[in-house]
Amino acid sequence: MLSDITMGQYFPVDSPIHRLDPRVKLILTLAFIVAVFLAHTAAGYVLLFGFIFLVSRLARIPFGMLLKGLRPLRLILILTFLLNLFFTPGETVLLHFWVITLTREALRQAAFYSLRLVFLVMGTSLLTLTTSPVSLSDALELLFSPLKKIHFPAHELAMMMTIALRFIPTLLDETDKIMKAQMARGADFESGNLVRRARSMVPLLVPLFVSAFRRAGDLAMAMESRCYHGGEGRTRFRVLRLTRADGLALAVMAALIGLIVLEGIFLT
Amino acid sequence: MEEKQVRIQLEDAAYTYEGASSPALSGASAIVREGEFVAVLGHNGSGKSTLAKLLNALYLPSEGRVVVCGYDTSREEFVWEIRRRAGMIFQNPDNQIVATVVKEDVAFGLENLGVPAEEMYPRVESALASVRMSRYADSAPHQLSGGQKQRVAVAGILAMEPSVLIADEATAMLDPSGRRDVLETIRDLNRNKGITVVWITHFMEEAALADRILVVSDGRIVKEGIPREVFSDVEGMRALHLDVPRMTSLAADLRREGMPLREGILTVDDLVKEVERLCPLKSAI
Repeated sequence: MLSDITMGQYFPVDSPIHRLDPRVKLILTLAFIVAVFLAHTAAGYVLLFGFIFLVSRLARIPFGMLLKGLRPLRLILILTFLLNLFFTPGETVLLHFWVITLTREALRQAAFYSLRLVFLVMGTSLLTLTTSPVSLSDALELLFSPLKKIHFPAHELAMMMTIALRFIPTLLDETDKIMKAQMARGADFESGNLVRRARSMVPLLVPLFVSAFRRAGDLAMAMESRCYHGGEGRTRFRVLRLTRADGLALAVMAALIGLIVLEGIFLT
Repeated sequence: MEEKQVRIQLEDAAYTYEGASSPALSGASAIVREGEFVAVLGHNGSGKSTLAKLLNALYLPSEGRVVVCGYDTSREEFVWEIRRRAGMIFQNPDNQIVATVVKEDVAFGLENLGVPAEEMYPRVESALASVRMSRYADSAPHQLSGGQKQRVAVAGILAMEPSVLIADEATAMLDPSGRRDVLETIRDLNRNKGITVVWITHFMEEAALADRILVVSDGRIVKEGIPREVFSDVEGMRALHLDVPRMTSLAADLRREGMPLREGILTVDDLVKEVERLCPLKSAI
């Protein structure tokens, strides 16, 4: 029952987008977020949508998967749309019914604001779908390493993330084992109300925590005995190298932002 | 014959855990020479794991001296030299693998030592090959069996090119086939690569394969010798709450019943040969 929890939402296929340097992808995602906020016209939104669509094609990610990523946000999306629709002041009245007035401006704003949210989620999902959590932590470490000068623990954070990823399956297995052991002795995790069920988790969590701490102690000792002494003077097995594709991707993103800014100036 | 180089030297070493009233290990003196396979035998809580951690500078002796590959462990500036030369494998296969991919874990020690990436690849490859795990270089650790994980841990140590390998109950959590597998791998490294091995265990059958055994009990090294000598004292071993290999104990029982078996029987083969010597089979049968 626990085995169906996947690590992150990484979609492991081989594609030009998957092969891009994770640092570049991270920067591109940030740039894309900026682009979303720069777009103010219908043409701009069409461009953004076209970009997302093309990238997902190139990354061989089914578009439905991106749509699925919107599911947890559906309430916020609907709320954003409705609030903007009814509370934006406007002049061109489209519909007037009882206390409700629908204006052209409100419709436009409601559509744009909710689309903006949709694009933000889709854009960032494209990053996490095409980049494994390990490369992502690599990228974060490397991009943040200049901040080491002001004592930002870039290496330590990345190491923690790697270890966490490494131990997720181990701890899941262990949870399963403890659960079965408790169930064999008559524990009931499934019935009763919320409070009862939460309380039945205690005999599961206590041994899990105890063992996690023991594992942490063991691991620390094993790491020390393999000469781990922090990030200083450490080399990397996974070397990230920029390729021509990375340059091309950056150029495409620059062009996208350029176009959005230009049509924002000339079409309004 | 030329004396082999001393790899590990314990001089009256003692260690007391913080807050403990009596030392976990005291007055331990021993020498391990290059290329030896030495087993440290003791039951739970005898102090054998403490001994192991002293050899890797994870613990520093509270009394006496521990010298590993010529470096005194109490000198802080030598810690990394010692740990590179004397690699250690621990009991729990899950709790010593750091990375999410096998080959990256093997490279972990090299990364820590600051080895350039181009140099890492061949070293990782050959380390994995010598533990017969090349096929799993790209696997995730949690997909491997316990024995395979221990072999990955061994590869992680080998990549650092150590001269001593310390295994602290490395087989205790494995199933019989995994145990055999790991022990075979280590014996092979000892014979073919000349790596000195300190094998800490409570399994008599494993200790019987060593060149030399140190028996630890109640925080002291109480016996030392080649397996045949150590196990021939069946009563003495039992008094230390240690068993002897099954065949040795069977031979001792038979001897008590009046069978004139010689001393020093460790394996089934030994006993069969001895019985055949005493009552030769008629070739007609």
